[in-house]
Amino acid sequence: MRPVKIEVQAVSKVFGRDPKGALAKVRGGMDKQRLKDETEHVLGLHDISLTIREGETFVIMGLSGSGKSTLIRHFNRLIEPTGGRILFDGEDILTFDAARLQAFRRRKVAMVFQRFALLPHKTVVENVAYGLTLDGVPKAEALRRAGEQIALVGLSGFEKSYPAQLSGGMQQRVGLARALATDAEVLLMDEAFSALDPLIRHDMQLQLKDLQARLGKTIVFITHDLDEALLLGDHIAILKDGTLRQVGTGSEILARPADDYVARFVRDVNRARILLCGAFADAGLIVAPDAPVVEAGATLEAAFAAFAGGAQAVAVRNGDGRIKGALTAQRVMEALARE
Amino acid sequence: MTSGFPELWDTRSFGRALDSAFNSVVANWGETLEMVFMPVLRGITGLERGLQFLPWWVVVALFCAATWAAGRKVLPVVLVAALLVLLGLLGVWNEAMATVALMLAATILSVVIGVPLGIVMSRSDRMRGGMLPVLDIMQTMPIFVYLIPFVMLFGPGKIPALLATIVFAIPPVIRLTDLGIRQVDPEIVEASRSFGASPRQQLWTVQVPLAMPTIMAGINQTTMMALSMVVIASMIGAGGLGYQVLQGIQRLEVSRGLIAGLGIVLLAIIFDRIAQSYGRRVQANLHREGN
Repeated sequence: MRPVKIEVQAVSKVFGRDPKGALAKVRGGMDKQRLKDETEHVLGLHDISLTIREGETFVIMGLSGSGKSTLIRHFNRLIEPTGGRILFDGEDILTFDAARLQAFRRRKVAMVFQRFALLPHKTVVENVAYGLTLDGVPKAEALRRAGEQIALVGLSGFEKSYPAQLSGGMQQRVGLARALATDAEVLLMDEAFSALDPLIRHDMQLQLKDLQARLGKTIVFITHDLDEALLLGDHIAILKDGTLRQVGTGSEILARPADDYVARFVRDVNRARILLCGAFADAGLIVAPDAPVVEAGATLEAAFAAFAGGAQAVAVRNGDGRIKGALTAQRVMEALARE
Repeated sequence: MTSGFPELWDTRSFGRALDSAFNSVVANWGETLEMVFMPVLRGITGLERGLQFLPWWVVVALFCAATWAAGRKVLPVVLVAALLVLLGLLGVWNEAMATVALMLAATILSVVIGVPLGIVMSRSDRMRGGMLPVLDIMQTMPIFVYLIPFVMLFGPGKIPALLATIVFAIPPVIRLTDLGIRQVDPEIVEASRSFGASPRQQLWTVQVPLAMPTIMAGINQTTMMALSMVVIASMIGAGGLGYQVLQGIQRLEVSRGLIAGLGIVLLAIIFDRIAQSYGRRVQANLHREGN
């Protein structure tokens, strides 16, 4: 198993005049609503514990007000927790003093924002070099490294443009390049694609997956979109009202929702795009040699076209090229049917 | 004479105490202060002499260069040149240059003092709470009141005129620096923090550049207020166009007052154009769109 990168231990966050006192009341059993009505304190996060491993994409998902944006801001201490610990590579980042925290933000974590938050008075290349110049990297070197990241996200030729001259999708590529430029080990992405229109969003999701495969960063990704969470996340944490409802892989959550809330949440998801052919292939079924073939790692959707073409069964092939088994239309329908 | 309001405390002796306290300040510190401000006085006098000594067309060229540097547009440059020539044709060139020297000195000092004060004010709500009423008082107090203590300290001349002008003209640049910084998009400041910017780096890489259009509006207002105050300050020996207006009053010469007044209007338009074209360029840099 991969080593642990970030460990969140019993983190709670209360907003108000006396957060510590309010948190004591919550621990004594007062619920969120009573806390708000009686003491005018808002319970943002309650007793969150998470383990994020190196090189994985960890998605934190929830609707607005669930506390997900508050939670991600704890990972680089833009927001300080009221209680709990946050370990990064085994070290408690809450013990860092101002200088140490600055160095940590400059080199270890980088953030991508929902509304891009680019510097409007700087060009694309200056924006991408921003983190490096803050860290005192000489200008020529910073601009050179920024140029590489701009090429990586496919924006070559726009170095001298200003953010307002670019479309939303291009601006967010700048935001992504800016985060990649400092070569941080962890990327924090706060609803990074939510402000983009659907086609661009899907392109960006695929580009992120591709980058992730090449660079092997640890990514913490916030979203309110379940399809996005299932597409990107190696693990998904579902947050509601500041509490963690379930953590698991996408198929675990689909297969075994922890409670009614999660079950209702995943009910409308397009299962054909999540469930994999390999998981439902029948090894005992023999297919004709000329039957259509799908990869075991492909989603059920990939088999639809073959059935539409009149095939009785589809062969499922493993990554090593051997046939694992076969799928029939009936098997696919059983997999898609909701209990 | 009876007063409508009962005399609950002795205002006269309070007044006397205040006066004598200030008198002792004048007696003890007057000379030191004069020494301190000597270099400033030399600076203004030098600037004034320089502007008057240079051939008029060199001065026009300098103004045009400044306008071009500020806005990178041709039209304001032509306008400024035309207005300066008109100023010369009115026959008040030397007086106008004296006014420009004092006004420039007052504006530069106001910016040098006011922008840092505005920055400090933007970083602390308590500081802001303390400063706002002071700024209100500075702006509503009749401006003649400032003349009295400064004349007592320095005697009539350019230094008290300069200081009174600064006190009167500095509030807008302080206020608008504070406002501009507070209005910067908090998400961009947060992004800057997330990449490890120190408070100083946040200030100079994000907050001040993004507040620049607002700060420039403050500097523009300060310039205009300095120009209007320079006229009043001529009563205490500032010279320049204001002195011509004053003489017009004393001699009941409508023409003298009118011509000097027109000269001040022309100067106001010139400086407003320069400041505005700079402001527009900064603004455009922040919101460039399309190619």
